[in-house]
Amino acid sequence: MSEPDGRQVAPFGRRPVTLTERREHGAYVVLVAPDPHGPAPQPGQFYMLAAAERWGGGPDERPFLPRAFSVQRADAAGLHFMLEDVGPGTGRLCELGPGDELWLTGPLGTGFSGPGDGRRAILCGGGVGTAPLAILQDDLRARGVPAAALLGFRDAAHAAGAELLHGARVATDDGSVGHHGLVTDLLRDELEAGGAAVVYSCGPPPMLEAVRALCAELGVEAQLALEAGMACGFGACFGCVVPVRGGGYLRVCVDGPVVDAGRLETALVAGAGH
Amino acid sequence: MTAFCGLQLAHPVVNGSGTFDAIAARRAFGPALDGAFPFAAYVSKTITLEPREGNPPPRLYETPGGMINSIGLPNKGLAGYLEHDLPELARLPVPLITNVMGSTADEVVRLVEAVDARREIAAIELNVSCPNVKTGLDLGADPAELGALVRAVRPRTAKPLIVKLTPNTADVALVAQAAEDAGADAVSLINTLRAFAPHPDGSGAPWLGGGTGGMSGPAVRAVALAQVAAVARRVALPVIGMGGVASGRHARQFLDAGATLVAVGTESFRDPAAGARIARELGAESANSGNR
Repeated sequence: MSEPDGRQVAPFGRRPVTLTERREHGAYVVLVAPDPHGPAPQPGQFYMLAAAERWGGGPDERPFLPRAFSVQRADAAGLHFMLEDVGPGTGRLCELGPGDELWLTGPLGTGFSGPGDGRRAILCGGGVGTAPLAILQDDLRARGVPAAALLGFRDAAHAAGAELLHGARVATDDGSVGHHGLVTDLLRDELEAGGAAVVYSCGPPPMLEAVRALCAELGVEAQLALEAGMACGFGACFGCVVPVRGGGYLRVCVDGPVVDAGRLETALVAGAGH
Repeated sequence: MTAFCGLQLAHPVVNGSGTFDAIAARRAFGPALDGAFPFAAYVSKTITLEPREGNPPPRLYETPGGMINSIGLPNKGLAGYLEHDLPELARLPVPLITNVMGSTADEVVRLVEAVDARREIAAIELNVSCPNVKTGLDLGADPAELGALVRAVRPRTAKPLIVKLTPNTADVALVAQAAEDAGADAVSLINTLRAFAPHPDGSGAPWLGGGTGGMSGPAVRAVALAQVAAVARRVALPVIGMGGVASGRHARQFLDAGATLVAVGTESFRDPAAGARIARELGAESANSGNR
């Protein structure tokens, strides 16, 4: 069942899936696994993943907890996940290949919504935050919604992640690919070019915060896909909280990961640390 | 069936307080959760008199074979719990145990009286891992303090009264004895072990927003087994044993140590349906117990 907040309800419990494909895109690894017992996810939703074998016993005897990943694409081949080896959990997952088993729970959390009113979409993100923008682009293209894609990366090795979207304009920190500078430079140009738009964003916290601030300045609606370290992914641990405007916290796993930018004072929050 | 304080439970596996939010899980998994509910009774997260936002993030730290949390008991407060959460929790297919915490005996009495008045609630668990605002001692770390608290609360409810013992004390069996002498109906243990998570930047600063945290998961299981055995030898009360239970074999170890029920906590984070799996595995273990 799909709910109004772009939430596809998950089957209860974790389930095993078998990887059929492992691809590299520069610094990133994409893993693909058919999920015959799961529903199709909404763009922006995420899954908790763990390797079925040797989850533990890495550096510092970790990993222990499953790790959260936005789904990057869902098609006839299965669920696609985009990873970067940045710690014991992602490191172990990046070692896996066809035939290896994963434990998977999901789809979890809220997805992106709209635009349903004729506004165009601007997808703006970077790093592993590229993942949910790719499945969102698939969805928008299928619905005939015009969508510009703007992606920022550290360097050329990471900019290879732009291959996961169609026709993305790229910015790099070191100028090795595309615009030498921030992806928000491209976003400002795109927004000032005119036409009512909704901005969809996912990326490292400083980038998300720059997107949030720019959209707030220009009065543009923005939906941000947040990341936070989490133990469970389904609201049990209360670990993945982000402060909200007016006080208190939201849980990224059940109140997000996609939130309206207006709910946040800042998107500069503690990251995941995988 | 498993008998516990007058309740008839379908199996001996429940959840540890604060490790499974049934209301959030319904949002994630839909109504199917109720049909496959993994626990034989549901223990609420800790409820306090006033609402709490909880600690600033980061709140989690992964360790070898476990984790440290510094969540800070976020909850809607007593009134919010009774008005908003209780009606939803009352729809669960299992008995409801409500966990409460106060920083003085008077606060705990007010919580217990309010919970006692609600027939949807089958039993009350006291979280005593809270510093006494006057003495600074954890209420549950000192046998005399704990005994005084339970004596104050006991006459205010006829519902089963469970005391959740802290492992951060010199002799947990002495504290359990004090709970029994003061009229508790059961004890549960262990709560998390106080632990420090150093910042990954190497500065020696705390990583967790709350400073220190509580450790859980398989890494604490051996400690928990020793404490459960010590308590079960000391008191006649039923014991809910917990600490790193991730399989039916682990659950059997706690039952062998003298527990009546076993609680699952951290493993539910890794596997939302862990409680049901562990109950199934435990049933298979018991069926083969002649071969143990």
